[in-house]
Amino acid sequence: MSTNTKTIKTSSRPVRTLAILGLVVVAMTALVFVQGATSVRLGLDLRGGTSVTLQPRIAPGDEGKVTSEAIDQAVSIIRQRVNSLGVAESEVAAQGSGTNRQIVISIPGDTGRRVVELVGQTAELRFRQVLASGSGLPAATDAGATPVPGVTAEINAKFAALDCTKPENLQGTGVDAPTDTLVTCDRTGGTKYILAPAEVLGRQISSASAGLDTQAGTAWFVSLEFNNEGTSAFAALTSRVTALPEPTNQVAIVLDGLVVSSPRITEAIPSGNAQITGSFTQLEAQDLANVLKYGALPLAFDRGEIQQVSPTLGADQLNAGLLAGALGLFLVVIFTLLYYRALGFVTVGSLAIAGAILYLLFLLMGEWIGFTLTLAGIAGAIVAIGVTADSFIVYFERVRDEMREGRSLRTAAETGWVRARRTILVADFVSMIAAILLYFFSVGGVKGFAFTLGLTTIIDLIIIFWFTKPALVLVSRSKFFNSGHPLSGFSPKSLGMSAAKEA
Amino acid sequence: MSKLSGLGGRLYRGETSVDFIGRRRRWYMVSSVFILISIGALAIQGLQLGIEFKGGSSFTVTTNNPSVTDARAAVEEAGVTGEAIVQKLGANKVRVLTGSLEQAQNNAVQDALAAKFAISVSTIDTQIIGPSWGKEITRKALYGLFGFLFVVMVYLAMALEPKMAVSAIIAVIHDVFITVGIYALVGFDVTPATIIGFLTILGYSLYDTVVVFDKVRENTKSITSTSTKTYSQAVNLAVNQTIVRSANTSIVALLPVASILFVGAGLLGAGTLKDLSLALFIGLIVGTYSSIFIAPPVLAQMREREPAMQALAKRVSARSGGTVVASTVGAVAAINGRGPRNQPKRKGRK
Repeated sequence: MSTNTKTIKTSSRPVRTLAILGLVVVAMTALVFVQGATSVRLGLDLRGGTSVTLQPRIAPGDEGKVTSEAIDQAVSIIRQRVNSLGVAESEVAAQGSGTNRQIVISIPGDTGRRVVELVGQTAELRFRQVLASGSGLPAATDAGATPVPGVTAEINAKFAALDCTKPENLQGTGVDAPTDTLVTCDRTGGTKYILAPAEVLGRQISSASAGLDTQAGTAWFVSLEFNNEGTSAFAALTSRVTALPEPTNQVAIVLDGLVVSSPRITEAIPSGNAQITGSFTQLEAQDLANVLKYGALPLAFDRGEIQQVSPTLGADQLNAGLLAGALGLFLVVIFTLLYYRALGFVTVGSLAIAGAILYLLFLLMGEWIGFTLTLAGIAGAIVAIGVTADSFIVYFERVRDEMREGRSLRTAAETGWVRARRTILVADFVSMIAAILLYFFSVGGVKGFAFTLGLTTIIDLIIIFWFTKPALVLVSRSKFFNSGHPLSGFSPKSLGMSAAKEA
Repeated sequence: MSKLSGLGGRLYRGETSVDFIGRRRRWYMVSSVFILISIGALAIQGLQLGIEFKGGSSFTVTTNNPSVTDARAAVEEAGVTGEAIVQKLGANKVRVLTGSLEQAQNNAVQDALAAKFAISVSTIDTQIIGPSWGKEITRKALYGLFGFLFVVMVYLAMALEPKMAVSAIIAVIHDVFITVGIYALVGFDVTPATIIGFLTILGYSLYDTVVVFDKVRENTKSITSTSTKTYSQAVNLAVNQTIVRSANTSIVALLPVASILFVGAGLLGAGTLKDLSLALFIGLIVGTYSSIFIAPPVLAQMREREPAMQALAKRVSARSGGTVVASTVGAVAAINGRGPRNQPKRKGRK
């Protein structure tokens, strides 16, 4: 027994490890309350709503490549459209990588059809002469009735009544037929405009960029260049409006029906090279340049997948997921208790703590990175029960093997660990590779499955190192388990050892 | 249960031993038959692809005892010309599946169904998949599959041994074939959730194989410096030693998956849960089989070709040809005691 004593002396300090894990869980719980994250954010498939996945492509008739910047522009255009619906917690995000990203729009509640129609249209960029402009608020009765010459009374009335502070008026989409006179707002809703029919189109831009005027030092500007068609159209437009009075000497840059910018034309520009100056910050200048670039090569959106889930189905799916989880957990607990007897309680404890940590992480990540739990995510967590329990089995069976070689439980808990640890690390690493690849190579909702699977693999490692192992070491020092009690899971009989050998 | 645990002890010491390696031809035969059936089923019937891969629309109406005839009539009224599939799901759901429709037609079907069953459009669960969408997810799934196989092979070659990585991957490919074959044969729907379940299984099947191979590595660490057992015998011992573990981990992994399958298919009728868990369920069983019956024999066969291992086999047979070797270690003595008795039997079977 002298060698055994030696092993125990060099063994870990189980109580301290357990205490640290306990502190971590308590700290996470405290953090949850500090952050006020008291409920898990549910995905649309669990609470009802519409999700649309769009695949951006070059609009028909154009040639070129989808660029990463163009997708960013498209996301912001679609976000503008979706926000105009005024539904809380709507989300627009790009998913995937590089130029092959999809745009995913999620909107809770019952807006289905409108969203689908709204988001699929190609956003066009056009240049229009400003006929009139004013503050974004509706004019008081007939006070704003300085009729703008050259447009119909109907347009004048529409202009007077327009309220740019209402979200539905910042939708833009679909109202701007190029040949019409347009009444619209700017993107932020601060100003409203009457705009002449479009004279230059976004597709006639050949390039745009933001630059810094080195002489003035801090003055950012945007330069743009037109193709042949665009050069002559822009020359005609600028030479006509430059001599006109305010605001008719302005040209509005209109993207998706809303005014992005309305620079004043200071001179006729026949060369096809224009510069927009003003008190731009670097960011503003780059934004405008990106809008112009996008306009040169607008994207069309293929509707990849549209999913409308009613709140009833959402609730059904949530309940089914929770029920399946409870049932799975119950079965695993019963099995481990039957097979490992009292030792099974270490497993049950491990699963309980793993579950608690997972739940806390769901709460915290909902707050930090907007994690939402989907049905696939729940399935991932349930499957992970098995994966987590597997690690315990690998360890416990290893300990039993060590005992079959004649070691005492105390020693076996340590020597078995050294060997089981390796197996568990290799196996969990393989699971992790699977989860990461699944995450990057899956589309839409099933991503949630990979995410929870990866998360639970990490939790599995934490639990087996910081809970299961120290707990077993602690248990191995107790009399009940050491005496080989029939219910301990370590009796000579259950190990298949003869009594003679034990003695 | 304690009987099973007792068996674990006997298996561990080699007192009870199943000859997994020696009977490899039998397992290979079984698997070859399955793989042939799979290829046949794939060639003849093909896979039943869900609308996610083909493009199309799915409308699910939930109401009190809806009739399939009503749903079919509504689809016809909406002017859908192509073939529509109408299924009853559980007691209170009807699902209509159509080919790819224009947005206006999708709306028309929704309106017609809502009118027919006197429900609000917003209670109809709808899924619309664009025609080019399937290519996108198929492409991604294939990238995922190949990326996974490659990365895992490199990792296992580093963490274990190169030949172990190769045999593990052979076992995984075996699992892929048989699982896909079962899907083709039975005609289960293949959806993105199926694919995800399937890729997960690859990871899981490897988990089992890794546990077995880790033990093999331990048992064969300094095998060439002894002449007590051949490489194949050492592998066989490892499989026997880990089989209780494999059985346990598989049962524990199957239990939650089975409950998802049960609840998903029973309560919801169809959808993500059912597709995912069905793939996991089938894959887990196939994966457990291959980690015991395919991966270890393939490994043993590859390693036995090495000159060092052949020399070892000669030494072992020379020794065990004589009297039983006296050994101080119980486990090894047990194996050696069985060795000569097992060998003639095995030859008889070949």
